[in-house]
Amino acid sequence: MAETLLAVRGLSKRFGGLLASDRIDLDVVRGETHAIIGPNGAGKTTLIGQLAGDLRPDAGAIRFAGRDVTGFDAPLRSRLGLARSFQITSIFRDFSALDNVALAVQAHRGGNFRFWRSARDERALREPARVVLDSVGLGTRAGVLAAHLAHGEQRQLEIAMALATEPRLLLLDEPVAGMGLEESQRMVSLLGTLKGRITIVLVEHDMDAVFSLADRISVMVYGRIIATGTPPEVRSNEQVRRAYLGEDATPGC
Amino acid sequence: MAIAQRTIVLGVAGLLLALVPPIAALTNQPFYVDLFRRMMIFAIAAVSLDLILGYGGMVSFGHAAYLGIGAYAVGIPAFHGIDNGFLQWSLAIVASALTALVMGAISLRTSGVYFIMITLAFAQMLYYLGISLETYGGDNGMRLAARSKFGGPIDLDRPMVFYYVVLAILVLFLVLGGRLVESRFGMVIRAAKSNEPRARAIGFSPFRYKLTAFVVAGSAGGLAGALLANQTEYLTPEFMHWTRSGEIMFMVILGGMGTLVGPVIGAVVLLLLEDVLSALTAHWQIILGPLLVLVVLFAKRGLFGLLLGTASRDG
Repeated sequence: MAETLLAVRGLSKRFGGLLASDRIDLDVVRGETHAIIGPNGAGKTTLIGQLAGDLRPDAGAIRFAGRDVTGFDAPLRSRLGLARSFQITSIFRDFSALDNVALAVQAHRGGNFRFWRSARDERALREPARVVLDSVGLGTRAGVLAAHLAHGEQRQLEIAMALATEPRLLLLDEPVAGMGLEESQRMVSLLGTLKGRITIVLVEHDMDAVFSLADRISVMVYGRIIATGTPPEVRSNEQVRRAYLGEDATPGC
Repeated sequence: MAIAQRTIVLGVAGLLLALVPPIAALTNQPFYVDLFRRMMIFAIAAVSLDLILGYGGMVSFGHAAYLGIGAYAVGIPAFHGIDNGFLQWSLAIVASALTALVMGAISLRTSGVYFIMITLAFAQMLYYLGISLETYGGDNGMRLAARSKFGGPIDLDRPMVFYYVVLAILVLFLVLGGRLVESRFGMVIRAAKSNEPRARAIGFSPFRYKLTAFVVAGSAGGLAGALLANQTEYLTPEFMHWTRSGEIMFMVILGGMGTLVGPVIGAVVLLLLEDVLSALTAHWQIILGPLLVLVVLFAKRGLFGLLLGTASRDG
């Protein structure tokens, strides 16, 4: 079997009486697109939060690229190559699209204690940012204030920022949420171009997106992963059908 | 285009300020040299607050603390007969920087209201420390024994010379500040202000950059304090009172947060209004208060924003 990039063991997180993560074991193989699906409230975003370093697990361990990163905070994990997008769009709204991406480039180049030279004049930041912006289809929108971009474009911008950090693993929390059909198709095809090049963990409610992108799928219910497998395996899994797909074949629309 | 406009405003403002002493001399109104020098000293303090408030989103309500530290760093050595300006002003900067380091290291672990309260509490602590310094006049304060001495042509006892020293420091600080906020370092603190979770998610650890900005702002505030002691030739714990911190913040907001030049305008306008209105009535704050409300409501970028016609620029 291929190399495991991300290994989660016994991850648990409790919020009061709610066990949001219940001894989760998860292996993400280098190069795969691994979708995590499940009904609302299953604990998917809590899992992403712990993987990204925003939430501290109560128990369990996370290994990334052979290192135990359980105690690392979000910026450190990002610098190790773990990039993310947020469920609710999170961008620097009062900066231009290009600035947003250039900031992500800068965050990974170091040299933040430079006080004199204008960061906007630095080709070392602007050119890689421009390349990434082009690659997600926002090349013509570089100078637009991020707040003024359309919703779909803002989601693309988030992907661009994640890509600009040259990640080894991309955590995507509902990248097509709130999008119209056309926008969501554009996003799915964008993610399709990344598939195979970058390892992706994809949390998504849109089953069309999931089944067209995922190599493997893990199904979460009540904080537990009840099944992991290829899309056909998951589709035919009796437990999954009962717990999830059977109740509502197109959840979360 | 906005850059060019900015440069024009900056150039015109600088020129006007440079022309104050000759005009005051021609019209035989030496009082204005004093007034405008005072404005520029507060402008330095306001610009330094703008660095962290306007660009870093750090609502520090204790900025007057540095004015006091800077003033005492001049006054206490002078009291003991040490009047070397280089020494006094260095002491003002270093002591303020260290205070900012401690204040920032603690307060920057919090945010929002807690941050405001901690910075306020620190400044009040220093205010009461000032009151307890019986040797140096306690709550009455004391006269400055002598203005800082630099030797050569830099004689602060000559009003014009002192004036141009302050103007030079202000201009230098505006230029340095302008570079700083556009630099990589500046982009980090602005990004953290704009969206801290996002800044963290792309790999910035904002704390150390914010702390550095906090220390830079504190140092400049300390230098303003050293100038203020020389200006008033008197120092009192009142320099550190929280109402003084509020006044500096008022200047920043009135002039335009996150613009650097705005706080200069804010300092000039506020002190001018104070001067004019207090001649009319003892209750001049009654007029000043509504004015600030209007500025906050209708000019997000303050007076500077109105000047540029970009009041609603940011989102």
